[in-house]
Amino acid sequence: MLKKKVVLNFPPHLIDQPVTYKLIQDYGVVVNILRARITPREWGSMVVELGGSPKKLEAAMGFLGELGVGVEPLAREVRWHEERCIHCTACLAPCPTHALGVDRASMTVSFDQERCIACELCLRVCPYLAIEILFD
Amino acid sequence: MAKTINEINEKIRQGRAVVFTAEEIIEVVKQKGVKQAAKEVDVVTTGTFAPMCSSGAYFNVGHANPRIKMGGGRVTINEVPAYAGFAAVDLFLGATALPEDDPRNKVFPGKFAYGGGHIIEDLVSGKDVRLTATTYGTDCYPRKILDTWIRLEDMNEAVLFNMRNAYQNYNVAVNLSDRVIYTYMGVLQPKMRNANYCTAGRLSPLLNDPLYKTIGVGTRIFLGGNTGYVVSHGTQHNPGVRRTELGVPKMGAGTLAVTGDLKKMSSRWLRGASFTGYGVTVTLGLGIPIPILDEEILRFTSVSDADIIAPVVDYSESYPNCKPEILAEVTVAQLKTGEITVGQKKVVTAGLSSYVRAREIALILKAWIKEGSFLLTEAVAALPSLDSGYAFRPLKERPWEAPKAG
Ligand code: SF4
Ligand code: SF4
Repeated sequence: MLKKKVVLNFPPHLIDQPVTYKLIQDYGVVVNILRARITPREWGSMVVELGGSPKKLEAAMGFLGELGVGVEPLAREVRWHEERCIHCTACLAPCPTHALGVDRASMTVSFDQERCIACELCLRVCPYLAIEILFD
Repeated sequence: MAKTINEINEKIRQGRAVVFTAEEIIEVVKQKGVKQAAKEVDVVTTGTFAPMCSSGAYFNVGHANPRIKMGGGRVTINEVPAYAGFAAVDLFLGATALPEDDPRNKVFPGKFAYGGGHIIEDLVSGKDVRLTATTYGTDCYPRKILDTWIRLEDMNEAVLFNMRNAYQNYNVAVNLSDRVIYTYMGVLQPKMRNANYCTAGRLSPLLNDPLYKTIGVGTRIFLGGNTGYVVSHGTQHNPGVRRTELGVPKMGAGTLAVTGDLKKMSSRWLRGASFTGYGVTVTLGLGIPIPILDEEILRFTSVSDADIIAPVVDYSESYPNCKPEILAEVTVAQLKTGEITVGQKKVVTAGLSSYVRAREIALILKAWIKEGSFLLTEAVAALPSLDSGYAFRPLKERPWEAPKAG
């Protein structure tokens, strides 16, 4: 199964449409919502991880495109610079996915790239610029 | 059975000293009991690695040719103003100083990417910094302008001199308001969604000598990766606060002023730090060895995280307005689980002080003592203690008014 993290941008008229339901039901794609910001009458955006065969994913992308949903790859990558990290744990509180975690016995902080959704919440919290966001 | 510092130093010289960190000693005391452990153990080492804003460094940069009198003029290092109200080429740079053109909090929250703390780190890492001076000319110091690169090794003296470090205990910060706030205790989420604390707990120097029985003026310490010294009690020293039965203060209490040769320090133990929406500072490693002179001192060093209580304070309203309200008291042991309970609410905790690095400092100090390269010192004078009447007072404001004409 292929996995792809993308940002979906919904124009206002699509916000009340069951888009994710259709992706799952009609296109057989696994949809994992990582982050969503949807306000009535405004553009909404959603960070999702889509999973499925390459064929299914392609069909799903086609469907989204036809509907008018903007699809952008989640090109940003978050990098944790271990040598700059002092293991203070300040970044743990804002991290929604526990990508930044701590071993409580030793109080050593670690970063799990797989869990990171590039929400950037930790960036302004780290006083040592140990977390960096990279753009493609 | 009491020991003296001389006896302990003799054992250190012979490589026979028995040394544990303040973390290890807890287990030792559990197993052997206070009496036996006090007999066997000579030194307990402590450590802390945390932001310490009242830090700075003074430099003698040497005389240019022709001479320039920076004293009384304006000086910048990497565009950050340094204080030059001394003799011709002596300067002081504080950890929280900012470049004049830093936007600060004009676009809120400001980033505070670079400042005094970062310059001190850059110097310690051997980097070149730009030194500028503009001043008036005199007969003996004719030059008025200087703009040059300089690095640490080219200076005559470069000395870290901190007026307040190693706070004995500290607040746990929360935010009761409904907007995010940006503080020196980090980013605090609204409606108490996180609680930030800053202590090395059981490893913290002054929490292992709560009544200042051994740490005093002249005590040799670990500072920024090398040896340093306690100068005196630090600013805001406040020994008379409420304490537990074990003598551990339940809020910020004692502080230390310390100094050490910056040229021998390492950037692993001295880091510039940027607090979003607040400013810059320096994060510093400091460790103090405690000579186990008697059972009482040993008992103090066996303090555990469960014995250390810190007050939870609202930084949206109480702290800025100097209200003494405390929302709860929690132990460091609770803080370190990652969650505390305040009232009915469970609150996620996060630290600002590095426990990992604090432990490393205590271990380094232990290794130095065991190998005989670090001897203990007798305090030259004691720090103001509980009965000294010494206290931390607020500013008594007496607003200035223009003198009336006539
Ligand atoms: S960007 Fe930071 S806060 Fe967000 S998920 Fe990744 S590690 Fe966690
Ligand atoms: S806030 Fe920065 S320094 Fe502290 S643990 Fe997180 S990444 Fe490391």
